Amino acid sequence: MAAPTWVQLAYLLCAVGFILALKGLSGPRTARAGNLVGAAAATVACLLPFLYLDLDNVLLIVGAIVVGTVLGVVGARQVQMTQMPQMVALFNGVGGGAAALVALVELEEFLAVADLDVLGWDTWAITAFTVVVGTVSFSGSVVTFAKLQELMTSRPVVFPGLPVAAVAVVVLALAGSVWLTLGGQSLWLGFVLALLGLALGVLLVLPVGGADVPIVISLLNAFTGLCVAGSGWLLGNTVLLVGGTLVGASGTFLTLLMANGMGRSVPGILFGALKGGSTLGSTAVSDRPVRSGSAEDVAITLAYADRVIVVPGYGLAVAQAQHTLRELVDVLAERGVRVDYAIHPVAGRMPGHMNVLLAEAQVPYDQLREMDRINGDFPTADVVLVVGANDVVNPAARTEKSSPIYGMPILDADKAKQTVFLKRSMRPGFAGIENELLFQPGTMLLFGDARESLTDVLAGVKKL
Amino acid sequence: MIELLTILVLSVFVGVEVISKVSSTLHTPLMSGANAIHGVILLGAILVTGSTDDPVFVGLGTLAIVLATVNMVGGFVVTDRMLQMFSRKRPRPDAKARP
Repeated sequence: MAAPTWVQLAYLLCAVGFILALKGLSGPRTARAGNLVGAAAATVACLLPFLYLDLDNVLLIVGAIVVGTVLGVVGARQVQMTQMPQMVALFNGVGGGAAALVALVELEEFLAVADLDVLGWDTWAITAFTVVVGTVSFSGSVVTFAKLQELMTSRPVVFPGLPVAAVAVVVLALAGSVWLTLGGQSLWLGFVLALLGLALGVLLVLPVGGADVPIVISLLNAFTGLCVAGSGWLLGNTVLLVGGTLVGASGTFLTLLMANGMGRSVPGILFGALKGGSTLGSTAVSDRPVRSGSAEDVAITLAYADRVIVVPGYGLAVAQAQHTLRELVDVLAERGVRVDYAIHPVAGRMPGHMNVLLAEAQVPYDQLREMDRINGDFPTADVVLVVGANDVVNPAARTEKSSPIYGMPILDADKAKQTVFLKRSMRPGFAGIENELLFQPGTMLLFGDARESLTDVLAGVKKL
Repeated sequence: MIELLTILVLSVFVGVEVISKVSSTLHTPLMSGANAIHGVILLGAILVTGSTDDPVFVGLGTLAIVLATVNMVGGFVVTDRMLQMFSRKRPRPDAKARP
């Protein structure tokens, strides 16, 4: 049934709200306002049906919203900033699951229509699409959550039959979708498609290595967007159609942007491990000699430098050392040392994650320098302090064609006079490759937990 | 169908256009914000649950509402939490670092 004109106008307004929200979110000054505009638009859109429709099950609906709100708010407030990627994955997954369920309920309502011919083929095709992609997004996100939360190994999981199984599931899902479109409309087929989608999501994400998981989250985010757009199509609803498509399109674009930032291709990430591919790397510990120093050595090196560039990595966040690091930088700045943070686009567990983590530690925004803006400064830097990072300063990305990270833009830490690495061990980074920079004569290593190391260095600097 | 298709195609271009100049600094909040926006599937969940009688599908619809609300509300709250940190002022140098 068509909604009254004022309702349609209100829906249109909400759709515009989403566009403005995304626009706002892409600029640092407008981001917070953009998010609030998006929240307002979504809230208004969800209130509208209560105003113009005579809904059944209203009590149940309101109850379910209350339960969902409590769960969402508690989850969002309690999550640690280091765990942000898995939280986004989880929220995305439940969204995808919701879209798939909506499509199943729609299917039941379509089938209840006496004359099936009223509904065009597009209705059935999009129902099938939404069910499959929504369930893929749900189960795929659950697996990414498990990987990031370390409920399971973050390494690629590949078993002998996996490629065959994945292809078989894809073929079955496609066949089922075609069947649903061309006349085999039935509820059980809808449920079969949902099960196939769940299986496919798991098979798709299992072989993806931990470092690439953020890109998969972004991809699944785009998938959920497309599902929501599909629901908008089925329900003839502008807000859902526009909101979903916006997220689908911008999410796909963002995924490609991130993949470029890491020097990876999206198909390579999804299917690389299946081919016995490059994400595997090694965990072997090298026994080549390195120059390791004490916290006092590091303190002296830093305190008597003119220009220091800090390269923070996920190891910093895992050790919850960003506050100690900020304190150290403050003390150095008081001594007249010029310090900047060099932020690699994919520092942390997903692009922009490190900025969030450092902002949490109240590092001023203007000390954070993006890769393109700071790379020219490395040759003039006396010391580069690398804390819990490795692959983003690995020169192999520039020179070694055979390296899995070849082509990834890196921070030119090797061009500075000296490099100090704070590392837990000689284990290679996420990409599983050795870093030549560790063995250079101008490199000093301080082994240990990043927070303990930084606390010791801080104490050392204060004593000087 | 053509009307819907028109909206769809235009939205694709708008979606790519509005975020094409985003700095990598904001990738995480942007992803999280976009994630919250697709939580508007809650609207779809409300519409279908409000128009079905079959108890099984009322159940599925209710589950969809709970999931969608978690996506939408949680998504916006968590994004706001992240962005709040960006706008914080520089602390006094002697401010005590939290553990």
